[in-house]
Amino acid sequence: MEKYKFPSEGWIKAYKEELNKNKVYEESAKDWEGDFLFIISPGEGIEKEIVFYVDLWHGKCRDAYMLPSREAKKTAFVFEGPYSNWKKLIMGQLDPIHAIMMRKFKLEGDMGKVLRYTKAASELVKTASRIPTEFIL
Amino acid sequence: MWEITLPRTIVIGEEALEYLKTIEGRRALIVTDRVIESLNFVSRVEKHLREARLDVKIFNKVEAEPSTESVFRCLEAVREYQPDWIIAIGGGSTIDTAKAVWVLYERPDVKIDEINPLTKLGLRSKAKMIAIPTTSGSGSEATWAIVITDTKEKRKMELASREVVSDIVILDPELTLSMPPRLAADTGIDALANAIEGYISRWRNDISDVFAVAAVKMIFNYLPRSFRDPGDREAREKMHYAAMLAGAAFSNSQIGIAHAMGHAIGAVFKIPHGRSVSAVLITSIEYNLREIEDRLVELAQAIGIKEESNVKMVEKFIQKVGDLLREVGEPLTIRELGISREEFDDRLDELVDKAMMSTGTIANPRIPTREDYMRLFMYAYEGREVDF
Repeated sequence: MEKYKFPSEGWIKAYKEELNKNKVYEESAKDWEGDFLFIISPGEGIEKEIVFYVDLWHGKCRDAYMLPSREAKKTAFVFEGPYSNWKKLIMGQLDPIHAIMMRKFKLEGDMGKVLRYTKAASELVKTASRIPTEFIL
Repeated sequence: MWEITLPRTIVIGEEALEYLKTIEGRRALIVTDRVIESLNFVSRVEKHLREARLDVKIFNKVEAEPSTESVFRCLEAVREYQPDWIIAIGGGSTIDTAKAVWVLYERPDVKIDEINPLTKLGLRSKAKMIAIPTTSGSGSEATWAIVITDTKEKRKMELASREVVSDIVILDPELTLSMPPRLAADTGIDALANAIEGYISRWRNDISDVFAVAAVKMIFNYLPRSFRDPGDREAREKMHYAAMLAGAAFSNSQIGIAHAMGHAIGAVFKIPHGRSVSAVLITSIEYNLREIEDRLVELAQAIGIKEESNVKMVEKFIQKVGDLLREVGEPLTIRELGISREEFDDRLDELVDKAMMSTGTIANPRIPTREDYMRLFMYAYEGREVDF
């Protein structure tokens, strides 16, 4: 099975495809409107921050791709953390909401709204863990 | 890593209220309701504060299951009086109102629905807070949760910030002796649900476990006595402490789907919180069972159940929860809340939407899908054993 390097354009495209197959996500995020920047912070061997754009709308991922910098797109939410925490999240070792509350990830945007879509948040992470991933670190 | 947040000072026991004589400050605003005021508790608080040389003003218009409008009415009084102490005396509704008002007083730029664990509030620059519960249930005196009803959207807003945990909690058992049996049961079962859900939550930890187990033991031992005889001082006192412990338990782990469903029922049908949680408690435990059998065995051991297998231990524990609910006259099903089948069916989608949006879903051992919630409500209406 082909493995996708994380981070890479291939990985985020595979994520979009997998998320759009996830019926539980679709149902639990049916009213969700809000796009994200997913950011891997510099450090731990990552020289410069790595930015993904993910457009989530009514239970579907309308678009997902890498951006050259966070300034390239203004989004409703920014979810940011170091590589080691992204790795744990993708491997299903971190609960996304717990990770935000323990400041392992920073969330910019309407936290109250995110807290009302916890099932969707959980499915976003479960979907990521289904991508055959090769971690660079 | 997990962060434990508790009140700085907890004063317990006979004449605990007298601790107020030692408070230092200029002005205290007492937040309460008319019933509590009529019981002379407020005048005692006022007397002690005056002995401490504080000026005192009373806001007595807190409503049960408080709405945003009610919070804003109280906020006006606070802004006008500019207190350096906010003192809540009453049940969970009063303490929650005071917490929300405290935030909005200190941070006029924050909207009520922006109170969440990630917003840095910087409280305590204008005032500190004392919570004096008069019921033994919500545990709000020890928690960083605030529940306020958004009347426009007919939903219970579950707000939270570690900063709103009270500076001082006063648990004076004398204040609970006038609590009618019905209220003692409604609030006591809320405390039981808080403790059980705090213990089985995916966010549980060794510290929250200690509070939860202690609370469950005390509630099984003392709630029936507290319900039967309001004059049973020992039972009333132990239940008062148990409620605070249960609050400390779930506040440092998380509530679960009994609260998610209970808040939805409360908002849609205007049912008191303890009763709505009671009506779904057994269903919620059964749904979670396959993920938490070991935890339920531990709770069963804590209340003295001895059986030869884990399956039997759990069965017996669930049976004991049901027996306790019956003994104190609490509903075991949604039907027993007096909601007709027709009304229930009409509002089922709304109930499910609200439960899905609840923070009680976040750390529940099983995270229900929409279809699961639909079935959970239907099963809880009938009291049918969960088989999915």
